[in-house]
Amino acid sequence: MSGIESINARRRPIVRLGVFLISHSLIVSVICCIAAILALLLLPVLAKSTYVSENALMPGSANTMLSNQEVSEADRLVKDVNALSLESVDAGINIAKLIARYMADLGAEVCYHKFRRQQNQFNPLHFFLSTDPVVVQRNISCSSFGVNTVGVIRAPRGDGKEAIVLVTPYNSSRIDAAEASSLGIGYSIFSLLSQVTWLAKDIIWLAADSRFGVYAPVASWLKDYHTPLFSGLGQVNAGVCHESNDLLKLKDAMVSDTNISKIFTRAGTMAAALVVKVVDRHNEADEDTLSIFAEASNGQMPNLDLINIVNYLAVHRQGLRVKVEKFWSLLDSKFLNFVGETVELLGKVAKSLNPNWRFGMPVAEYVEGTATLASSLFNQALGVPTGPHGAFRDYQVDAITLEISPKGSLKSMGQRIDFLMRGGRLVEAVVWSVNNLLEKFHQSFFLYLLTSPSKFVSVGIYMIAFALLIAPLPIVAASLCSDANRRDSSLSKEGSSQPHASADEPNPTLKSWRWLHAAKSVFVIHFWSSLVTLLPHFISKMPSGTSASSLLIWLSLCILSLFLLYTILGSPFSHITTSRPQEWAILKSVTVSAAFIGLCLMSVINFATAEIGALLIVPMCLIACPLKLDLQDWSFRALIRAASNLTLVLIAFPPATFYLLKGGIEGSDSVSVGNFWNWLETLWAWNSATYLYIGMVHLPCWVLCLNILLHPR
Amino acid sequence: MLLPRQTRLVLFLLSNLFFIPITFSLVEEQEQFTEELLLKPLPDRKVLSHFHFQSRAPPTASYGHHHRLFPKAIYQLVHKYRIREMELSFTQGRWNYERWGGFDPISSNNAKPPGVELWAVFDVPEHQVDAYWKNLTHTLSGLFCASINFLESSTTYAAPEWGFQPFTGSLRYGTLPREAVCTENLTPWLKLLPCRDKAGLSALLDRPSIYKGFYHSQQLHLISAEFKSGELDSGIILEQTLTVVLQPGAKRTGLAYFQPSWSMSSIFGRQITGKCVLAKSSNVFLQIDRDAVSELKDMWKEMSVNSDKMSKSLWSNPYFELSRAPDRIKEASSINSDSASILYEFFIQKCSKSESFDLGLTWKSSFVWSCPKAPLHATRFLMGSGNERGSIAISLRTTELNRRLMDADISEETCKLRVDIFQMVPWYVKVYYHTLLVFVDEKPQALTDVIERMHVSPSEDKVSPGLMELALKLPCGLNSAALTVEFSKGFLHIDEYPPDANQGFDIPSAVISFPRFNTRLHFPKDDSERSPVLSYTEVLLVPLTTPDFSMPYNVITITCTVFALYFGSLLNVLRRRVGEEERILKEKAANKKTGWISILLSKLFAKLRGRPSESPKSPASSSSLVSLKLLLKVVLVASVAVGWQIEFLELCGFERIDGEKFLDLPIEKVDMAALVSAGSEL
Repeated sequence: MSGIESINARRRPIVRLGVFLISHSLIVSVICCIAAILALLLLPVLAKSTYVSENALMPGSANTMLSNQEVSEADRLVKDVNALSLESVDAGINIAKLIARYMADLGAEVCYHKFRRQQNQFNPLHFFLSTDPVVVQRNISCSSFGVNTVGVIRAPRGDGKEAIVLVTPYNSSRIDAAEASSLGIGYSIFSLLSQVTWLAKDIIWLAADSRFGVYAPVASWLKDYHTPLFSGLGQVNAGVCHESNDLLKLKDAMVSDTNISKIFTRAGTMAAALVVKVVDRHNEADEDTLSIFAEASNGQMPNLDLINIVNYLAVHRQGLRVKVEKFWSLLDSKFLNFVGETVELLGKVAKSLNPNWRFGMPVAEYVEGTATLASSLFNQALGVPTGPHGAFRDYQVDAITLEISPKGSLKSMGQRIDFLMRGGRLVEAVVWSVNNLLEKFHQSFFLYLLTSPSKFVSVGIYMIAFALLIAPLPIVAASLCSDANRRDSSLSKEGSSQPHASADEPNPTLKSWRWLHAAKSVFVIHFWSSLVTLLPHFISKMPSGTSASSLLIWLSLCILSLFLLYTILGSPFSHITTSRPQEWAILKSVTVSAAFIGLCLMSVINFATAEIGALLIVPMCLIACPLKLDLQDWSFRALIRAASNLTLVLIAFPPATFYLLKGGIEGSDSVSVGNFWNWLETLWAWNSATYLYIGMVHLPCWVLCLNILLHPR
Repeated sequence: MLLPRQTRLVLFLLSNLFFIPITFSLVEEQEQFTEELLLKPLPDRKVLSHFHFQSRAPPTASYGHHHRLFPKAIYQLVHKYRIREMELSFTQGRWNYERWGGFDPISSNNAKPPGVELWAVFDVPEHQVDAYWKNLTHTLSGLFCASINFLESSTTYAAPEWGFQPFTGSLRYGTLPREAVCTENLTPWLKLLPCRDKAGLSALLDRPSIYKGFYHSQQLHLISAEFKSGELDSGIILEQTLTVVLQPGAKRTGLAYFQPSWSMSSIFGRQITGKCVLAKSSNVFLQIDRDAVSELKDMWKEMSVNSDKMSKSLWSNPYFELSRAPDRIKEASSINSDSASILYEFFIQKCSKSESFDLGLTWKSSFVWSCPKAPLHATRFLMGSGNERGSIAISLRTTELNRRLMDADISEETCKLRVDIFQMVPWYVKVYYHTLLVFVDEKPQALTDVIERMHVSPSEDKVSPGLMELALKLPCGLNSAALTVEFSKGFLHIDEYPPDANQGFDIPSAVISFPRFNTRLHFPKDDSERSPVLSYTEVLLVPLTTPDFSMPYNVITITCTVFALYFGSLLNVLRRRVGEEERILKEKAANKKTGWISILLSKLFAKLRGRPSESPKSPASSSSLVSLKLLLKVVLVASVAVGWQIEFLELCGFERIDGEKFLDLPIEKVDMAALVSAGSEL
């Protein structure tokens, strides 16, 4: 005893701390998990108010110059577009021509950008790379072309190194009043900026033809802007389609109008991009509202300063109500309301103790903040951009979507002009502010979650919850491993008196390598999971149709391949001997380590995914224990453990999680079997890393936990 | 110029009286100053005004070192740095080659890249050129109040072999694309003029109006034959030009292509009150473009106006009208075209001092034309995204002129269009020259087929920029051509980042020249030298990886924290006596009944220290009582401590003085015996 004591005394404090934590792993993991969930719930309280970090932006320092003249011209464009859309069913190319004419009249450089609808193909080998433009589908029908109209204003005294992009998407096949007025806003600013002398950056106005979705035209324009093809590939494809009516019309337009450039017009490096969208929501009618969408692919966000200036100018200059997306269903949540009340109470108590402690917030604000935060976290975790601005982020351009909805009807002229004036002034002020910028956006945060348009949680705060969640994983792994080893050694000490036990273990030095077997089975599962991740690629190539059947095929293939691998490489259960009762503990320890590594890697790629994933995986991993053991024990504690094990494993099964979340958010009636497959398809179509995470971290971890649950000992 | 005004005048009169007959025979030997202003309406409702001042100094050998007109600073500069030719330009804005033309002498010579461009040819041995260049940049920097001295560093300038100008070895070229141009650069430039901006054409230069324009380029071109051995010595010629593109009439009219009428006073806000008396000639020209003239002539033909009326109506016709009758009308011929541009000449000498000279142009009907363009229109842009790699693309596209020219030549099989490209790239953009690809009409070409001559000097890290000179021979009937070359982005040392590093880094403009095409200068004389057609491409902005510049601060903070922790624990270890502490702890534990909190703490502490807990177990029932007692004790001590501040001392005999701010104990009240006993107690 004294010998151990002296060893302990000689150890350094950090080692002693480690040993202490490992020996109390149960308490530590419980405390950490509870603290993590508490930290997550407290995030809205810890949110800071936003502030404009870059001084050069100076939002609102200049008076907006947009006058009635530009707005009435813009209104004329809106009327013309509306008239065109009434005239013919498919007014696509005519609208483009109209916009081009209006642009050219302002003295801008105008060109058409023709693009093809691109089917998003899952390409497992080029996952993080952008899709290869060389992949050309030959059998494309000629009707699948869209035409963007691009206008460029050169800054009179600028050097043309940088540009600001304005995007107004419109659906050329059926344009409505709201989209027409978004074009109106674009035009009013464009006509103002073509006259001003203060511009330092060029202005690009992209009237994006969104007949194939809002994202595709912007993405393909950006691709042609950044990686043009010089060899005649585009020509070959265009040559096939000479019969196409639209294209001929386009050619006519190109030939007839000398002001329209036949080549792709370019400006310099993009400094920022604004997507302006008008949405007519008739029901909420008291104020003009502005919704900001910022999430790009894989949880990337634009610089917070861009959101700040938009929010500042919208609220303080134009008097718009600014919103960001939130989960409406969470607003009625009883639990959140209860937490909010507690927080408010705590805040009051703190205030009564010391008036300087500003802690706590009203219940309504808390619940709203949490709903916004959850939506922000969810959208980032999904890794699918929430609008056309996502295409810009792939080229390191900060971009957001401004969705403006008017309070009144856009049909009446007075209200429309008032609305155009407001929207135009907002965008003008933002352009002015960005124009002031000497450097690119770099001052403010890139990693943040929004809890309201004017409040954010920075990475330094929201990573606490994640760190607390994954902290117990290595500790538990170490404690399980050391426990198993100790029991083993004590067993072998006991067994040394018994001759058959020693015969069972011929080589005691191999004892410390016992985890190798567990590691092998973990590796087998991970190998299987990476195979399974690639399977949907082949399934999607099969002609047979519905998503439900594809899902079933995928699931059955998964199970089949798992058993196949088990028979070839051996299952975790194949190596069990009676002398090693703690086999499952070693397996669990390795599983937990693998989950830890996976989560850490994912947190680098997409933090939000890792955070939500950790919420699901960590409790499941920590609590996993063979059911057989629990059932043998038959005590209350064991039963509870078994029950919670079963529920956690059920919840964490990816399809089950998806259906539960979907049912929770949208209501249970919208759920159908094929939904999960469709969801997976969108994930891989958008090149979301979340798909990889589900396939290569979450799924193997879940299967391993299931293995542990079903472990014979 | 320190002479009083009157003496100067007298001297001037004297020189006029006596020297003119003598110097008449020796024109070459006299100092000369001429001033000219060219005005030209541009197709996009703007007006180009081009000021041209020329000073000429006779060779030193025959004339000596002292000058009346020629600026001393420039003369000394030429002599000190042995300059054969030099050009310095300050430019703001971009020349629009599409709309303002690319095939006239002004666009070839006076359209410059944004910022500062400097090139110089030295008449010194090749190994001394760099040293001379460095000194020259510093001198110019002082002379023109600009940061030209940044061109001193060998990473910012290059020595083109043949792609830029044909001076091998002694030519140096550098640009500063980010230099801001303002009046502080204009003032020293004006100081070189004999009349400054007090009289003559330069009096028009109203700062707010010339800096309000769309393009502003101020240049200084120096040609000296002082050091040429064996050639005819023609002295030093200093040409100062200022090219401005202004928009007359701020408000946009409803009709997009209706040319606005303008006059000198409306675009400059000033008028010419007379010539600079020191100038030999002082002329104003108004040029109507070739296309415009042919358009006009077509219209005249339609109206069937006979020819003798036409010449009369050249300055006042149904389409436009000049406010004054020109003194001379020239039709400057240009290469193979049926029509020529018209040049109206006005002599300022003729206008009297009482009446100011104000030329105006009034358009009477709307009118569309286009400027002559260079054979190929060049644009340059960056490709790719991300912080690792990218490529530079130069795209050349045919223009109407080329199409027109080539239609004539298309019969010849061997027709080739020669294009020279000169491109300088800073070292941190590491260009892989082997990845050069050339596409002609969207088809990739073998380099040997299209490249006639090529000179590449790769960049050397932190020493010299990369340089690429290409002579392309392209087929005449081409529609478009493109060149791409890949690069990777380098890393800079932290002190090599410029201010505002997050903006990105500039790649200077490439120079595209067409050596087979020449433009002719219309002034000062018709027999002036022809210059090749030249155009500059855009400046590019490359975003490089930039460190977080607040990092040093963070590093300092964390280092200080680590130091504090280290020294704190070191001192702790050094002054600690472990055995003694343990003994005291044991005693305490033996003597004291402790509360459950302290037991827990000591347990935890012992765990952390790796020793079994030594504190005796105390009954749990008494613990709450004990802690209550402890709390009471603490409160008591605290209140006593607060009270002690004043009350206790007052009790002891202190008195409040000075508005109750101080406590004072009168010396006679001090009970020494009590103090001594208290001291011994303590």
